[in-house]
Amino acid sequence: MPGNKTVSDSHIFQFKNCRILRNHSIFVEDLWVRDGKIIDPEKLFYVEKGYADFQIDCKNAIIAPGFIDVQINGGFGIDFSSNFDDIEGGVQKVAKGILQHGCTSFCPTIISSSKEVYKKVLPKIKIKAGGRDGAEILGVHVEGPFISKEKRGAHLLENMATYDNGFSDVLDMYHDISSVRIVTLAPELPRSLDVIREFVDRGVVVSLGHSMASLSQGEEAVKHGASFITHLFNAMLPFHHRDPHLVGLLASYKHPPDLRIIYYGIISDGIHTNPCAERIAHRTHAKGSVLVTDAVAAMGLPSGTHRTGTQMIEIQDKRALIAGTDTLCGR
Amino acid sequence: MRLVILDNYDKVSEWAARYIKRRILDFEPGPDNYFTLGLPTGSTPLGTYKKLIEFYKKGELSFKYVKTFNMDEYVALPRNHPESYHSFMWHNFFKHIDILPENAHLLDGNAEDKVAECEHFEEEIKKAGGIELFMGGIGPDGHIAFNEPGSSLVSRTRVKTLNQDTVEANARFFGGDISQVPTEALTVGVGTVMDAREVMILITGAHKSYALYKAIEEGVSHMWTVSAFQMHPKTIFVCDEDATLELKVKTVKYFKGLMTLHNKLLEEKSVEPSSKKTEE
Repeated sequence: MPGNKTVSDSHIFQFKNCRILRNHSIFVEDLWVRDGKIIDPEKLFYVEKGYADFQIDCKNAIIAPGFIDVQINGGFGIDFSSNFDDIEGGVQKVAKGILQHGCTSFCPTIISSSKEVYKKVLPKIKIKAGGRDGAEILGVHVEGPFISKEKRGAHLLENMATYDNGFSDVLDMYHDISSVRIVTLAPELPRSLDVIREFVDRGVVVSLGHSMASLSQGEEAVKHGASFITHLFNAMLPFHHRDPHLVGLLASYKHPPDLRIIYYGIISDGIHTNPCAERIAHRTHAKGSVLVTDAVAAMGLPSGTHRTGTQMIEIQDKRALIAGTDTLCGR
Repeated sequence: MRLVILDNYDKVSEWAARYIKRRILDFEPGPDNYFTLGLPTGSTPLGTYKKLIEFYKKGELSFKYVKTFNMDEYVALPRNHPESYHSFMWHNFFKHIDILPENAHLLDGNAEDKVAECEHFEEEIKKAGGIELFMGGIGPDGHIAFNEPGSSLVSRTRVKTLNQDTVEANARFFGGDISQVPTEALTVGVGTVMDAREVMILITGAHKSYALYKAIEEGVSHMWTVSAFQMHPKTIFVCDEDATLELKVKTVKYFKGLMTLHNKLLEEKSVEPSSKKTEE
């Protein structure tokens, strides 16, 4: 049953018995594809008088665009912050492994590390298009080291740093920022506003997190170009009705008028955030919600104790903790 | 005429769909012998379309050798506008079944030369061998397709200006904004439908009851264009209880009494009694 050969020789695929995501809803609707593009079956029917060459029964599966993970520390035994033997191979292993989970683009995330580590690792992670062999590498997310030591979470104390000399300290630390696309920093650190401006000018997304900042410190940071919040609720001061801290950014009226949307990462594993807290955030500012995995090297590995990076991680059921403590460390 | 009276809308939809299915199956359509079906749009036939889709999904009916001709389409409304009759037919019928695109005929309300488009449509019907079964509805003013009161009873496919009542009634589909409602349409004529070998008119709801009364208990009149079918050799009116509210009790009783006969029309043609004995 061919399509109209006068228009195109390519085969037309009709995905039947499926649900599709469109305009923020999931509908029961067929999806038609030709030449790797989604086509309008109504136009095909009436104008081209064409129909499907192949019909595929999706057995009620959902067809959706691939997921984008902007915070993922590793997986399948690979830790981006500490696997130095074959950095490209390690990144590729994760890129391939996450495909089967529906993730087609990601930002390999490096946690607070030493100067030497950044020098070794950052130049080796290249922005790369995705395909059959792995998800797209959008760029690196450097989570730290310019963060609050009180809110470092699973990051090591000896790696905490400040940028009292402004951006030159940043370049000194990271060395090569050509593949950096997201930076998590704590805006209460002195010189933050200058640093934020510099990053934004270079096209890097500035995300606030691992921070003790008050709401007004957060608002200043946003005014200077910060546009993301790293794993909302985690590693920051909690919402308080007299100072909502960074959580309050979701409802602030002080944002600059040209700021499109303030985005916030949420680790939605039912453990890092109580579902009610997630819903409150979502109901306040649904458009900014970005799900992240914050996955660690142990992702995809079975329960037990594993070495990831510089630490031992214990996987108990669904929780990943720093071995011997109660501190959560990603998914 | 036959007047099939059923309890409610759902029963009407089911009966009508089963009748169409029976007619197609009995016809045994094939590549040299297409079944030609005339089709309406609107809320009345929706239930029937749903049922026909069910039959197709169950594998009981195929539209592979069926050619369809729709009654009408708005003028100057983009083909993919959600209120166009092309959209209606695609979303409510064609996309769910196995009809071939070249066999689904609809008038093009955006044609350069509308008169030529209408003449071409009549040609296509002729080329297809005429219409085997034309399904239609009835407006509250007794119109069939867009043949408003005053339309010639021997009219053919042509451009019609819609009357104020119709435009107002349609405003609800255009966000209540009358200025958005099309004022012209291309429509098959009364004569075009009369040429069909069989006609089936669906009428449901109390708001259509006066029109049904005028159509079948009063005379033939161009003011109630559906009344023209009193002159057609094979017409079935399928309606629900509410649509009979303006009819004489006598009329209703008479036709209800014929229900057993009407239901026989839905049955598969039975084999000769002698060959049945071997079943034991």
